[in-house]
Amino acid sequence: MKLIIEAVITGILSGGVYALMASGLTLTFGVMEIINIAQGAMVILSAYLSYVLETTYHVDLFAGLLITIPLMFFFGVAIEIVLIRPLKKDRTMMSILVTFAIALIIEGMLSAAFGTTYVQMHAWYVDATFRIAGFYLAYIYVFGFALSAVLLAVLYWLLYRTKFGFGLRASMQDRTAAQLIGIDVERISALTFGVGVALAAAGGMAYGATNAFNPASHLDLISRLLVIIILAGMGSLPGALVASLGMLVIEDVTSVVWSPLWANTVFFVLLVIVLLIRPQGLFGRAQGRRQ
Amino acid sequence: MRTLRIAGPIALLLVLAAFPQVFRSPEITGIAVLTLLYATAATSWNIFSGYTGYIALGHAAFFGVGSYAIAIMCSDWHVPGGYLPFLLLPLAGLAAAVVSVPLGWISLRTRRHTFIVITIAIFFIMQLLAFNLRGITHGSAGMELPIPAAWGGAFFNIPFYYATLAMLLTALAVSWWIRNSKYGLGLLAIRDDEDRALGLGVDTGPAKLAAFVISAFFVGMVGAMHAYFLESIFPAFAFDPLFDVAIALMSFLGGLGTLAGPILGALILEPTQQFFTLQFSQNGVYLIIYGLLFLVIILLLPEGILPTLRRTWSRDRASRSAAPVEALEANGGGGAKPRGAPRKKKKGMAQP
Repeated sequence: MKLIIEAVITGILSGGVYALMASGLTLTFGVMEIINIAQGAMVILSAYLSYVLETTYHVDLFAGLLITIPLMFFFGVAIEIVLIRPLKKDRTMMSILVTFAIALIIEGMLSAAFGTTYVQMHAWYVDATFRIAGFYLAYIYVFGFALSAVLLAVLYWLLYRTKFGFGLRASMQDRTAAQLIGIDVERISALTFGVGVALAAAGGMAYGATNAFNPASHLDLISRLLVIIILAGMGSLPGALVASLGMLVIEDVTSVVWSPLWANTVFFVLLVIVLLIRPQGLFGRAQGRRQ
Repeated sequence: MRTLRIAGPIALLLVLAAFPQVFRSPEITGIAVLTLLYATAATSWNIFSGYTGYIALGHAAFFGVGSYAIAIMCSDWHVPGGYLPFLLLPLAGLAAAVVSVPLGWISLRTRRHTFIVITIAIFFIMQLLAFNLRGITHGSAGMELPIPAAWGGAFFNIPFYYATLAMLLTALAVSWWIRNSKYGLGLLAIRDDEDRALGLGVDTGPAKLAAFVISAFFVGMVGAMHAYFLESIFPAFAFDPLFDVAIALMSFLGGLGTLAGPILGALILEPTQQFFTLQFSQNGVYLIIYGLLFLVIILLLPEGILPTLRRTWSRDRASRSAAPVEALEANGGGGAKPRGAPRKKKKGMAQP
């Protein structure tokens, strides 16, 4: 029983970090109808950036975010303008292929620069633990969860309290209508992609601090993120939060109760069952005919 | 035109048949076998994704099932190396087809992007199973296949070459037959407008599933041949996400939904990729080059080589002979063009 409580707590805490990464992915999908397969690679890239800042320049992991988040934001905007915007026909399909190519290039560059050995970040809060409910937990889990909560609150504020947010939500509802009432959808798209990638940057630091990673880790990561956003219903932010927490809790509990080997599989099976009942995902709107 | 359309494939076939007799070096024939394998895989992927417009990025799952099926059959039935395992290829394909029925049924409940993502997810499930079902797959330790000891030296690749060529021709024949049948017309209608196709009486559900299973069958055979050719399999290589991307890219490069496009794409890309992998295998450089190549193709040639050529050619001809109707009819593969035209009109009407 104690083990299960422990699994639930770590599941919720690391689920928050996944929520951060998944919300970036689902936001980009909602606004632009594109799926960013490179999101996992961006997370790993940011993790390596934080790692380099920490090991070579001795910048604290959280302070390093002040550098990596803006950097990744502009990287995302640049990618949108140069590579995504020229896609006119079949945007969704083409964007998957383009971002897959970007993911491969990032993976290739990272393995050329760092090799394929797993790396692990270190800081006092990564190595030190405290006692809670009878077991020991590293501080980073709590700090990572707090970071996610703060950033998600900022995201909420951005979406619901700013002019950019109004424009973004309008483009999410109907791209053409938003254009007609004078919203610069192209600009919104570029900024949204940037925000999505910036969220990946923050998630990357927290992910890198709690897991060992190598350049190929992005494949595992993107498969989980994709599962989360399909289960949630593509384009649904609250769904992404619930699904992230749910997935990580289920995974951690399974690995305690049954075996770590099957932890992933249980979630995939859950996905299949949900899709059999609700093809549009838990929080998704049923897709009618759209032309 | 007609003579070209008949003479062209025959000439290509003769070149392919004579190739290993002319280039005898095992390095070159080895690359040729892999190229033909990818050409077969891309052709069969195109039967589903090219014709129906549903882009599946999880066919590596069936490639893996085929590989494991032949490995398990060989070890359970103590099949010796030689020509015998070639006879097991259709069985391995059948195993992949059987697996593809429930997977296709589940994933085809969704459309467009959700479908793509689900095929990716299914691929990862299958890869996980290959790692975890140790009793069947031996986990990450991998499995060995019988070694055809009698085929030494430069001869080793030759049986594989001709067996793969036969497989490619079979897949191509099936693809051709579907393209020219009423069933294939239904698939193309699904690609153009699924709801309208349903309204016109195309049984879209079973049609899509059948195409999915057919393509899974051939991809499973390719996986089995690949496994026998390499003589050992491991989960990470049997279920390789790069395979999904590679066959999709080949089809896109040659021309999605055309008969010869995927083969053309494979003939161009696979030798290139092998070359880069051999040159820069030590670090991630080949991934960078492959990714860049991928980007360039999608951004510069989004329609693929064949449709682009065909369009320029028929425009050329039309302006010279002023017979646009015949030009449209002549571009057999581009049958979608005249069908595409009214679709645009309808788009305009749907938004009053």
